[in-house]
Amino acid sequence: MYEITEKVELAHTVYLFKIKAPLIARKRKAGQFVVLRLNEHGERIPLTIVDSDNAAGTITIIVQEVGKTTAMLGDMGAGDNILDVVGPLGRPTHIENFGVAVCVGGGIGTAPVLPIARALKEAGNKVVSIIGARNKGLLILEKEMREASDTLYVTTDDGSYGHHGFVTQVLQNLIDEGMKIGFVVGIGPIPMMRAVSNTTKPYDILTMVSLNPIMVDGTGMCGACRVTVGGKNQFVCVDGPEFNGHEVNYEELILRNRSYMKEEKMAMEELTYHEGAKCYDK
Amino acid sequence: MDPKETKERMKIPKQVMPEQDPGERVKNFFEVPYGYTAEQAMEEAKRCIQCKKPLCVGGCPVNIDIPWFIRLISEGKFVEAAHKIKESNGLPAVCGRVCPQEDQCEKVCIIGKKGEPVSIGRLERFAADYEREHGEVRIPELPKWSGKKVSVVGAGPAGLTVAGDLVKKGHKVTVFEALHTAGGVLMYGIPEFRLPKKIVQSEVEYLKRMGVDIVLNSVVGKLETIDEFLSNGYSAVFVGSGAGLPYFMNIPGENLAGVYAANEYLTRVNLMKAYQFPEADTPVIRGRKVVVIGGGNTAMDSARTALRLCPEEVSIVYRRSREELPARVEEIHHGEEEGLKFRLLTNPKKFIGDKDGRLKAIECVRMELGEPDESGRRRPVEVKGSEFCIDADVAIVAIGNGANPLIPQTTPDIKVNKWGNITVNPDTGRTSKRGVFSGGDIVRGGATVILAMGDGKKAADSIDEYLKTGVW
Ligand SMILES: Cc1cc2nc3c(=O)[nH]c(=O)nc-3n(C[C@H](O)[C@H](O)[C@H](O)COP(=O)(O)OP(=O)(O)OC[C@H]3O[C@@H](n4cnc5c(N)ncnc54)[C@H](O)[C@@H]3O)c2cc1C
Ligand SMILES: Cc1cc2nc3c(=O)[nH]c(=O)nc-3n(C[C@H](O)[C@H](O)[C@H](O)COP(=O)(O)OP(=O)(O)OC[C@H]3O[C@@H](n4cnc5c(N)ncnc54)[C@H](O)[C@@H]3O)c2cc1C
Ligand code: SF4
Ligand code: SF4
Ligand code: FES
Repeated sequence: MYEITEKVELAHTVYLFKIKAPLIARKRKAGQFVVLRLNEHGERIPLTIVDSDNAAGTITIIVQEVGKTTAMLGDMGAGDNILDVVGPLGRPTHIENFGVAVCVGGGIGTAPVLPIARALKEAGNKVVSIIGARNKGLLILEKEMREASDTLYVTTDDGSYGHHGFVTQVLQNLIDEGMKIGFVVGIGPIPMMRAVSNTTKPYDILTMVSLNPIMVDGTGMCGACRVTVGGKNQFVCVDGPEFNGHEVNYEELILRNRSYMKEEKMAMEELTYHEGAKCYDK
Repeated sequence: MDPKETKERMKIPKQVMPEQDPGERVKNFFEVPYGYTAEQAMEEAKRCIQCKKPLCVGGCPVNIDIPWFIRLISEGKFVEAAHKIKESNGLPAVCGRVCPQEDQCEKVCIIGKKGEPVSIGRLERFAADYEREHGEVRIPELPKWSGKKVSVVGAGPAGLTVAGDLVKKGHKVTVFEALHTAGGVLMYGIPEFRLPKKIVQSEVEYLKRMGVDIVLNSVVGKLETIDEFLSNGYSAVFVGSGAGLPYFMNIPGENLAGVYAANEYLTRVNLMKAYQFPEADTPVIRGRKVVVIGGGNTAMDSARTALRLCPEEVSIVYRRSREELPARVEEIHHGEEEGLKFRLLTNPKKFIGDKDGRLKAIECVRMELGEPDESGRRRPVEVKGSEFCIDADVAIVAIGNGANPLIPQTTPDIKVNKWGNITVNPDTGRTSKRGVFSGGDIVRGGATVILAMGDGKKAADSIDEYLKTGVW
């Protein structure tokens, strides 16, 4: 059992949890994730480790409610226990001094970007970050990202806060203004990661994205998490989660992630039915 | 035994094990055979002529004293029989069910020369089930702690065997398992209807009651490394990390939704209980037309699992002919009774998807058998121009697995061969790294439960010796 020690609501249906897992806290590096299972009937789902606190023995995760498991997690709070937490999984982000590193986070993707921005900063990079959300209410980690970066740009799709538009527009502006960018990391919804990669490709800027396929074991046993990168099969849980964004077959990943749409909807309807009044406005 | 009695005994017909009716069982995940009744077991046990030089013992990789335990059964001493077996085999309820007996102990049984061999596996299963169901599982007396600690990587049959043997020798053992349940392939791979999971769990409970410490959710290499174990109080480490990533055919469309590796499909259904969806949260695509690619036991398990999820049709696509099917004959037979179709001498060329990226058909080509290859089997070759399509919305690729790379990656001084399998001294299980032992599928590639256990036994003896003498 892994105890939740703290819960904070960061935005509508987006929560930060601190979970007691001292060994994982000590071992984890930026870019790695855990797989957790809430209860005996639960699904195994992967979530990025955003931060850790060695003294308290906790790891921090940030979750957006998108389906049954994340919604059930969203209903949990400090003092509740999670049945299984395994990690740290995946390869850590490759960190070096690239000169200028641009960190792009879209929506919930800002959560996995934060530890990478911090690690890049620590390695001596000038860190320029761009974070975006659909609207102001959905923006997360602005303060933390500001602290981790030399410069921070904020965008919202609807213009309710920061730049009106997409994160890629800011990225394009930086390139157009002649910024010598050594490295870009982009994490967020798949179309956003594809757009970031398309933006940097003509300039041949090394761009890493963090892929989020459906996983089962997360330890390199089942083959569920395969994606095509550079024309070859790669297994995200052991070869990733980060890959060269210019080589990823995004269309395939999007389609594969829709494999269980029918079942996911059914699970969610059943949950909402059992929980009665709880309302999901997505 | 006097010759007259021997003759009498040889007249007793092999006892038939009652089974669930195929039409019924294909709608559920309950075990297919019911097991012998006490009367049947005693009758079957009488078929053994108690050879002075029993060939069967040599056919069993862990050399169970087969005539002895069978005699105990024939005398109605079922619990004693179970104890006898457990002297050599810690998981009899498992092995009695999943051992390929026809290639091991029963293959060489003398009775089999003229008629049907004694059903050693079924008798083993009966004794173990009897002991468990009658609450007579005995915890052996353990010697005083030796002062040494051993860590075991992986709670599959190899690791569990090492753990059980070492606590019996007086050492403290901690098993680290990556998944949320102990048992390895016994839990995530072999289906419930062949090996009920509660049996595996009761074996695990037994080890725990003997004092084996099992830590779940611990991926060795990621959380702690072997070197850390060795410098943090563990005197030896056994690596039983089993198989790794599944192989794919690298043909077009293999990543369409609906194309599974057997490991994923079986893990979803067995470990995550997807057959109970939506009560269990993990889904699996049930499909209308399911095609399994491959001809081994994993393919057969996948196909028979698929049948139980009630699609219209399940078929096996295999590139050689029926004679070459590597799966156990019993499983092929069970599959056919349950309605499984075979498309032999057929090989997939590409997976075809619909506009949403979901599998809708598989393009295949007919094969014929040519000259024998290195394995001695006739090599299948394509019949030019014989391409055709099969409708399928679920495909399960069951063509094998690579070696699990996690430990070699994080402990580079453990030597591996060109396939990534850990190399060991076969008599001792010792690896190239001092204090580190290994066995089971990570050493052998895909093998069997009993061979993994045999490796575990040898390694436990060698670990014990190393702990006592310090000599590597
Ligand atoms: C390496 C990695 C890191 C991730 N980090 C985060 C994070 O920090 N915060 C966060 O909110 N989300 C993260 N995700 C996504 C998160 O795992 C999914 O949102 C979650 O699994 C959805 O489960 P559900 O039951 O709530 O939703 P469902 O209704 O089951 O599914 C909703 C969508 O989530 C995806 N999904 C479903 N099941 C799985 C699964 N077993 N594994 C992966 N994806 C699945 C599918 O694309 C699906 O369309 C990460 C994913 C990966 C692979
Ligand atoms: C579908 C299927 C059906 C089969 N049917 C039969 C059969 O009928 N009869 C038969 O005899 N054999 C059968 N086999 C083969 C048999 O199951 C294997 O040979 C046997 O399980 C090997 O045992 P093992 O202990 O070496 O490894 P495994 O059973 O693979 O166990 C390895 C364990 O180690 C864990 N692990 C891996 N890496 C780490 C790590 N870094 N840290 C911690 N834990 C780790 C894994 O999660 C796993 O639990 C079958 C195999 C499959 C896949
Ligand atoms: S363990 Fe397997 S090989 Fe040995 S006696 Fe039992 S069934 Fe036969
Ligand atoms: S070989 Fe057959 S008959 Fe002889 S002891 Fe073994 S089981 Fe009995
Ligand atoms: S999730 Fe199973 S191999 Fe990656």
